[in-house]
Amino acid sequence: MSHGQHYSERFCHQRLPEKPVGMESQHKHLLELLRRTAVHGESNSVLIVGPRGSGKTMLLNCVLRELLEVKDVNKNVLPVHLNGLLQTDDRIALKEITRQLNLENVVGDKVFGSFAENLAFLLEALKKGDRSSSRPVLFILDEFDLFAHHKNQTLLYNLLDVSQSAQAPVAVIGLTCRLDVLELLEKRVKSRFSHRQIHLLSSLSFIQYLDNVRSQLSLPQDFPDTKFYDEWNDSIKVRHFSSYPQLVDVLQRHYNSSKDFRSLHLLLMLALSRVSASKPAIKPTDLLEASRVCMVDSKANILHGLSILELCLIIAMKHLNDIYEGEPFNFQMVHNEFKKFLQRKSHSIHNFDKPVVMKAFEHLQQLELIKSMDSSTAKIQKEYQLMKLLLDHSQIMEALQKYPQCPTDVKQWAMSAFG
Amino acid sequence: MVRYFTRLRVRRIYKWGGRPYIFDRKLKSYGFEYLNMSVEGQEAVTTVTPGQYILIEGNDDEYPFVAKLLKFFGDESHKQKKALVQWFLRLSEVPQNKKLLLGRSPHPQEIFYYLGRACDNEINAESILGTVQHVPEDTPFPEPGTKDTLYVKLSWDTKAFNVLDPVLMQDTPASTPPKPALPLFPPCASPTATPVSRGPVRRALPTPDPTVMRRAGSVSDTRATMSAGKRSTLEAESIHSASKLSASKILSAKRRGSAADTPGVRKKLQLSPGKKMTRADVLCELLDEEMESEKVISLKLSSSVSHSLQHGCSLSPMRSVCKTPNGQRRFPWKLSSISLDRLSPTGYTLSILDSGTTGIDRVITLQIECLDSYAFLSSQRATTPSRRKESAMAIREPALGVLAEEDSEDSPMQPIALTPRSKRKSAQLVSLRIRKQLNLLDNTQKLFSDGDDDCFVPSMKALQSSTDEEKSEEETVVRKTRGRNGKTSARTPCKTPSKKVCMVTPSTPRHATPSIPSRTVPARQPGNILDEARARLHVSSVPESLPCREQEFQDIYNFVESKVMDGTGGCMYISGVPGTGKTATIHEVIRCLQHASDMDEIPTFRFIEINGMKMTDPHQAYVQILQKLTDQKVTADHAAALLEKRFSNPAPKKETTVLLVDELDLLWTRKQNVMYNLFDWPTRRHARLVVLTIANTMDLPERIMINRVASRLGLTRMSFQPYSFKQLQQIITSRLNKVKAFEEDALQLVSRKVAALSGDARRCLDICRRATEICEHSASHPSSTGLVRMSHVMEALDEMFSSSYITAIGCASLQEQLFLRAVIAEFRRLGLEEATFQQVFVQHRALSRVEGLQPISVSEGLAVCQRLGACRLLLLEASRLDMLQRVRLNVSQDDVLYALKAVRD
Repeated sequence: MSHGQHYSERFCHQRLPEKPVGMESQHKHLLELLRRTAVHGESNSVLIVGPRGSGKTMLLNCVLRELLEVKDVNKNVLPVHLNGLLQTDDRIALKEITRQLNLENVVGDKVFGSFAENLAFLLEALKKGDRSSSRPVLFILDEFDLFAHHKNQTLLYNLLDVSQSAQAPVAVIGLTCRLDVLELLEKRVKSRFSHRQIHLLSSLSFIQYLDNVRSQLSLPQDFPDTKFYDEWNDSIKVRHFSSYPQLVDVLQRHYNSSKDFRSLHLLLMLALSRVSASKPAIKPTDLLEASRVCMVDSKANILHGLSILELCLIIAMKHLNDIYEGEPFNFQMVHNEFKKFLQRKSHSIHNFDKPVVMKAFEHLQQLELIKSMDSSTAKIQKEYQLMKLLLDHSQIMEALQKYPQCPTDVKQWAMSAFG
Repeated sequence: MVRYFTRLRVRRIYKWGGRPYIFDRKLKSYGFEYLNMSVEGQEAVTTVTPGQYILIEGNDDEYPFVAKLLKFFGDESHKQKKALVQWFLRLSEVPQNKKLLLGRSPHPQEIFYYLGRACDNEINAESILGTVQHVPEDTPFPEPGTKDTLYVKLSWDTKAFNVLDPVLMQDTPASTPPKPALPLFPPCASPTATPVSRGPVRRALPTPDPTVMRRAGSVSDTRATMSAGKRSTLEAESIHSASKLSASKILSAKRRGSAADTPGVRKKLQLSPGKKMTRADVLCELLDEEMESEKVISLKLSSSVSHSLQHGCSLSPMRSVCKTPNGQRRFPWKLSSISLDRLSPTGYTLSILDSGTTGIDRVITLQIECLDSYAFLSSQRATTPSRRKESAMAIREPALGVLAEEDSEDSPMQPIALTPRSKRKSAQLVSLRIRKQLNLLDNTQKLFSDGDDDCFVPSMKALQSSTDEEKSEEETVVRKTRGRNGKTSARTPCKTPSKKVCMVTPSTPRHATPSIPSRTVPARQPGNILDEARARLHVSSVPESLPCREQEFQDIYNFVESKVMDGTGGCMYISGVPGTGKTATIHEVIRCLQHASDMDEIPTFRFIEINGMKMTDPHQAYVQILQKLTDQKVTADHAAALLEKRFSNPAPKKETTVLLVDELDLLWTRKQNVMYNLFDWPTRRHARLVVLTIANTMDLPERIMINRVASRLGLTRMSFQPYSFKQLQQIITSRLNKVKAFEEDALQLVSRKVAALSGDARRCLDICRRATEICEHSASHPSSTGLVRMSHVMEALDEMFSSSYITAIGCASLQEQLFLRAVIAEFRRLGLEEATFQQVFVQHRALSRVEGLQPISVSEGLAVCQRLGACRLLLLEASRLDMLQRVRLNVSQDDVLYALKAVRD
């Protein structure tokens, strides 16, 4: 396996890490809970709550992997994976559960029967089981909060009800990023939920974050090419890091912005993609460049591609915003402002026909740099539709600075106080 | 079996026969020797005499009550007709929980001598439907083909099954002892009556085509060579085996047949067994004629006359069907019967008897099957007229077309009619699909080859799936035909695979049994004291008694007991917040009552439970109730009608039904008809229904019910108060039951905390369970775990009740925290609790300048804002509004400031 493949698997979340980092107690709690379901047949319900990218699914998958390595458990659990984004209502969710459990009303991968029959069938199946003899079922509900929006929360009620009654042992594991998820549950459903919540909130310090970056970048011990392994791991040693204060700054900035692994992986992936056969080591400049790509403002980029006329219109809108304190404007107002500029200050810009200006205005709308405020667009003439600018002043000024060959009178107009 | 059609009501006329004798001088009642029954519009008369076994109209059309007639009596005016009977029970009438006492799988035709006292043995003579035969107890059960004879082997005295005392069966002054060598004939089908009754029935054939009529008419002519008595018996047999209906059905079918000589009722008649008989006859006749006119069908019988290649094409599909599990067994019989038939058209039944089959009924069934398959053959030919040689066949075409079509009409209902259908249209397709299916299953098995062979046998599964597949295939074909004919039926065919399976092969029960596969290693038992405590504290473990609900228990017990004793009905409404033991208390009451009824203190009753949350639609309530009452699976509308009938009609044997409706508020519909019915049935005179309803809110009747519903619910209400801390403590202690795992103070803390918050016992138990886990983990050695102490309980309480917002803010990244501060700053500036992202971002930028941080770009800022929104620390508008989206806090400002301050310090 090449190191490229190794990293792409690591950073694109195709391979689980050896051990979840920074969540040992949560890992232990969850493992213990699921082990009791698998071994003792104890029904449980638990929610794993944490912000996006904090490693909820990773934690669960690690636990499941570990659980299935236990000999007794291996053939004794039936995991059922559901995702709130895929199973958008209870009917689909039920079919999916039945399919994954391979109950007897499944033929091939088709599930027969109506919604009501499926529900009755599943409930009957779960009711027939008992603690000691039937296989435990692990219901894994990704995006748990979306299940709470299903009609009557029938599915959640039934799953949690089974987990609270002497039927087939089940474990209901919900994954969600919403902290207020319990408030979404209906009172009967809530009462049946065991109120176990495992929070994944990373309290990583910056030093730990740096260590993490290093360990994420280093090759594993069992890498076949030992020479390359030594060279590579040497190149990302501490001294390299500390000798580039710029690099630490960049990482600090990323750390300040978000602590989660997903954004870090994105950054590292970008940096790694600059490594090639001719340049077989990762350089600090690669990281800086990657960070620049990550941090870039998307709208400022769009502004660089605008024509001078469109840029002038944007500046006119900025002035209108200043004058009217953020009140919406229409095309006519922008056009007037633009004409004033042409008459008074412009030396380099020619006069444009109104339809041409209109075209430029519409282009801006298509780019979603301006947004119509009216819901019913059909009634009002195009010139008089109220619009709002979706740009910050700082973005406009920054774009002007970087705009190639921007006429100075335009720049001055942008900087002047009131048009 | 499910019947979707409504029965045509035909009046029966009952007349006393024989000389009346004074039975009781005081009451001026008279006894009678026999009763003549006839159906209006028909001349056939059935005579019922004491000693015979009769069917009595009940609440279930499929299975009328069975009893032995002891005596007829009436009053002076001869208007009132009564009868004394000895009841017999079908297994379906035995309470669900007692069925296991039988100890073996019951025969479908088995009935039990009833020794109980709960049923009135005086019935209205006008509810008699007909007579039925029974076989003495020493005969073995026959082949599962016979549907019409009932067998008594055991008696049932509401407690246990006993071997039947033969004296009981003989003690009647039987004028005509029931010793059937030939099993059963329905009342109308007595030898003399047969030709008469057959006339109108034949008219019910759904085609006015004169050729068919002529041919049908000639059936009796051909058959006339046989001895009359034997023939009629056999015909009666064929009715039964063909339609597989109970005797009552046949009676009603005849009734219908007699009234149905107009084309307007044709549609209904197509579904009736009477038609089936005639069709079978027609087919039989067609078969005969076919033999005579063509003499070409050469089958592989040693004595076959000639070989003709003409019919190779029409036979080939049959051979392909051979691959299906059903067809395989039937095929050789078919061949033999057809060929025998051809060789000796008049005496074919005898020859089949010689061919080694066991009973007459079976032979007849085979014959019907062969007829059906013949229908298939001929209709196949009808669809491919170009292959015809004989001009005579061309005349027959339309009639056969009609037959084939009609075949498809009732195929969802009639298993026998179904089989040829599948062979005809989709045989090849089906076999292809089956093969595919098998391959697919093989693949999946490879994937999941972790040795779970104890849960399903692959071959069985494949077999079943193939049947399923075939069925679904058929169904689609049926649908298509319907669409083409323009005869859309409002009744959808039942789609449950289990149903279908059991309909195809009634002999081999291949129901899709709902079950979770069992585990290979049994679950481990609790090891140490904490494990033990945890198992006991799980909500699911059923305690020996329910503490703290004694008063409520007593009230409900008294209510239900009195209703069961009196045989009346009533409603009760129980309210209470979740986790206060409502459902548990009722279950406890029912357990006690069931025990009492086992001890013979109160009459037996039936307990049914439905839950509003466990159904997809309020109307499913009917379906579930009916299914639990009678094991029928029907649509909601039909179930409502059946239940309505069941609860409003008087039935001689009826035990009280106790219905528990959990989560009542979910049964609310706009017209509230579900609730209305649930509360209206108990008020009916003959319903004997007790309805216990549970919901959370105390004033539910006032809030959501319209007046007529609330009025019927009545005023019997009860409310379960949330548990007080003492009660919660008692609950835990009683559950732990001397397992010493908790410190006294720790228990008190939990119960006080929960009582203050919700009074939910489930919560209380969950916290205790969590506390044991914490205790176990915190101990240095797993063996030296001590008691669960205050600190453990505190930790568990913290985990479950403390809001995670503050921790979440503490763990957020610096920019996220800064953004929250910017939000608060902007709120303060505006004096509003809402701001746009643009406004907040200005603040954010200023704040980062103060903090000495590099300002972030707008894109980054938006990302930060979205992350906070996903956690619901902020409430955001739709993200397509970009910078203009409005931002609100989901936490109080004080909490945010507190959390941020804690981070800094």
